[in-house]
Amino acid sequence: MNARGPSMTPAQSAGHARPEASDPPSTWADAALVAALCAIDPTCGGVGVRAGAGPVRDEWLALLKSLLPTDAPVGRIPTHVHDDRLLGGLDLVATLRAGRPIVERGLLVAADGGVVVVAGAERMSSLVAARLATACETGEVVVERDGITSLSQARFVVVALDEGSADDERPPTVLLEQLAYRLELDTVALRGTFTATIDDDDVAAARARLPGVTIDEPCVEALCATALALGVPSMRASLQAVKAARGIAALAGENAVMAEHAAAAARVVLAPRATRLPPAPADEEQATPPDPPPEAPRDDAEKQSSVEERPLEDMVLAAAAAAIPPGLLAQLQIAAALQARGTGGGRAGQEQKGGTRGRPAGVTRGEPRRGARLNVVETLRAAAPWQAVRHRLRAAQVGRVLANAPRVEVRPDDFRVQRYRRHTRTTTIFLVDASGSAALHRLGEAKGAVELLLAECYVRRDRVALLAFRGRTAELMLPPTRSLVRAKRSLAGLPGGGGTPLASGIEAGLALADATRRQGDTPVLVLLTDGRANVTREGQPDRALAESQALAAARCVRVAGFGAILVDTAPRAQPLAAKIAEAMGARYLPLPHARSKELDVALRNVNVRT
Amino acid sequence: MPVPFPFSAIVGQDEMKLALLVAAVDPGIGGVLVFGDRGTGKSTAVRALAALLPKMRVVAACRYGCDPEAPELCVECKARGEAANAKTKLAPVPVVDMPLGATEDRVVGALDLERALTQGEKSFEPGLLARAHRGFLYIDEVNLLEDHLVDLLLDVAASGQNVVERESLSVRHPARFVLIGSGNPEEGDLRPQLLDRFGLSVEVRTPEDLATRVLVVRRRDEFERDPAAYVDRWQREDNKVRKRILKARERLDNVDVPDAALERAAQLCMSLGTAGLRGELTLMRAARALAALEGADAVDDRYLRRIAPSALRHRLRRDPLDDAGSTVRVERAIDELFGA
Repeated sequence: MNARGPSMTPAQSAGHARPEASDPPSTWADAALVAALCAIDPTCGGVGVRAGAGPVRDEWLALLKSLLPTDAPVGRIPTHVHDDRLLGGLDLVATLRAGRPIVERGLLVAADGGVVVVAGAERMSSLVAARLATACETGEVVVERDGITSLSQARFVVVALDEGSADDERPPTVLLEQLAYRLELDTVALRGTFTATIDDDDVAAARARLPGVTIDEPCVEALCATALALGVPSMRASLQAVKAARGIAALAGENAVMAEHAAAAARVVLAPRATRLPPAPADEEQATPPDPPPEAPRDDAEKQSSVEERPLEDMVLAAAAAAIPPGLLAQLQIAAALQARGTGGGRAGQEQKGGTRGRPAGVTRGEPRRGARLNVVETLRAAAPWQAVRHRLRAAQVGRVLANAPRVEVRPDDFRVQRYRRHTRTTTIFLVDASGSAALHRLGEAKGAVELLLAECYVRRDRVALLAFRGRTAELMLPPTRSLVRAKRSLAGLPGGGGTPLASGIEAGLALADATRRQGDTPVLVLLTDGRANVTREGQPDRALAESQALAAARCVRVAGFGAILVDTAPRAQPLAAKIAEAMGARYLPLPHARSKELDVALRNVNVRT
Repeated sequence: MPVPFPFSAIVGQDEMKLALLVAAVDPGIGGVLVFGDRGTGKSTAVRALAALLPKMRVVAACRYGCDPEAPELCVECKARGEAANAKTKLAPVPVVDMPLGATEDRVVGALDLERALTQGEKSFEPGLLARAHRGFLYIDEVNLLEDHLVDLLLDVAASGQNVVERESLSVRHPARFVLIGSGNPEEGDLRPQLLDRFGLSVEVRTPEDLATRVLVVRRRDEFERDPAAYVDRWQREDNKVRKRILKARERLDNVDVPDAALERAAQLCMSLGTAGLRGELTLMRAARALAALEGADAVDDRYLRRIAPSALRHRLRRDPLDDAGSTVRVERAIDELFGA
């Protein structure tokens, strides 16, 4: 059989157009390799594909499909799918027709042996992501719902299509962690994709070969060391890299993982997760640039020599380092911020679940749709009185009594669904004036006041967010989170100094409060300032204009109807701060009085009011 | 079910393994919470434990898995008039996985849908809590679980009884289980009331040294290539652990807790300012179970020291002004009390 290397580039396949010079030579080749690896070993979890909708992405999906067995199912999952569709549940219509429980297969079970495509994965809720991740990890779906208990095989490859435009729009980490591969296809030109380098025969052969492929200690060590050097702490990533290396070896027709297979695995699994650049290599290695397989027309002799020239670890690390996306360092901050956000996933589309979660709060007539849960007993109870009537009617319609007529006839009118009540969460948005005027006096004390409030928020399971304004603009220090530790950390790291762009600060708070409310939370603004606005919205120093803008912004808060507290951090109470509080409709607390108890009481009252 | 990874082949994570073993020796300690980084083998350890536990004797006809020697049997066993002469059988200790998205009716048990629909009869179908009786109930991503389900689980875990009063059913059955929760702190904290209900709490971290990481990867790779053969290879080691659990259970009642140890435990809790007596009680019980595991006759400082972080770290008052983690605080207090 044809034991072509997996890393052969389009350029090498004779008879095809060479991609433009501006194309990164190996991106598409690696993308094709990843598709093949997914088809060879579905236990890899899958791929996070970051790319806008477009022909390149479609081309890649088509390639993946072509490499899978012909009858492999391809399922699509909406990002906010409900559990009854995702995991499976009671098929109500069939159940009522048959008069016995009929189980509807969930999307995950239906995708067994195939692919699950999630479009818009960056908007996926972490609850859905957690279910997907669990199924990925265990290869099965356990259902304990609606009186049904089942365990079904569900081994599939997840393709999480991530269309996030902003850097902080990413699929939830709980899911990404399970997926071995990451691809960025936006840099690939369409022309480069019309070259098949691996076909389904290669994949089928590799799949058969895979169980016998071994990996020796040095290769494992090299991969683990590379993961450490690139700052990829998760053990799962190292395990996935080993899996990938075996897959690559199988694809190359080898029975043992060679150095170059490990290098390729590091490139596709570890490099995209790198959180730091590897330590600078020694001079000698800088002289010999890493030879990612694409440029090496390999024969055995060369392979040997390249392995002997330098330690295996360095080679694997170099291969991975070469594949680290440009601008990594710039992305690190974003990665850190993402981590700070916890769930990682975009929350933009998170729906209100008030109707389907929480404590039971009565039963109502309605269709069991959109996640509403059918209350079976109430439904049967509603149907019961009509049974005799309906049987008679049916008999009259058909002209005789049916032998196999359902014993209980339930009509859609009888459906009763469970209603749930859920406490809406409160998100407390701290808006901290970190300007010079405030910082000099009281920034430390303001921090102390925030910390006292944080402890209260923690007890009440509120979410907190932290915005700071100083100099010319406001900055989001901490997006809404429930983690006290993170709030504490970002507060401790809050620098002070500069002018007071109060208007910009209030407006940023307003925008965040608005976004919070759209997510179904109740926002509360806590503004800590001395009220001495001296920087305008445009960033110009002009005290009079800055003050009038701040007052205007404050009035917007009142109009929007957000609950607010203004804590005056000046040593002596400031008339201007009081004026702004009034304009905001906020409760005004001068800091000398803003001791824990009062703050707490104030916060409580605000919550009640809204 | 796929074959679980052998417990004794798990590299490192000693604190987590110890806490699970201690809970297996004395289920009364009240559950284990495992919090930490992703991919550190939290789920693996719990599932491995299931395979390790010695079998238990149950009343053959009982769907709640009644212990024939228990002073109180479930209503159904009583109704059958079964007692010491009941037919019994050996059954594996249940380790029930609570799947994400489980609905309340399947957790506590509910109306048997099939019988209701086909025969129009009301009958109770036991849920996950009944299945977990005398075993373990495992909740992965416990911080993603809906609050009302968590409350419900904790109530049952504390009382040992599941009472179902709904859908015009009234059922009561024993449900004593060890609750094991795992999660990632990045997903959000757990409520303090909830934290306190867990007996032990352990923190797991990704190993950072190369040798350990290589070992983890190698073992996992070997396991995945041929699970059955790999489990066979570790059979002897796993058997040893199983014997240790059995011996410790026998020994447990005879492990002495001297006054000096009680005093030490009280001092430690006082210096940490843990609220309530639960911390002290758990610390004592856990130290006793640990002593039993180690084959000792009495609890002494060594055992208190070793188990104190797990027993106490989640009971400290959260102090937003203290940057040190709770683990550090417990260790500091231990060093002060016992001498470094």
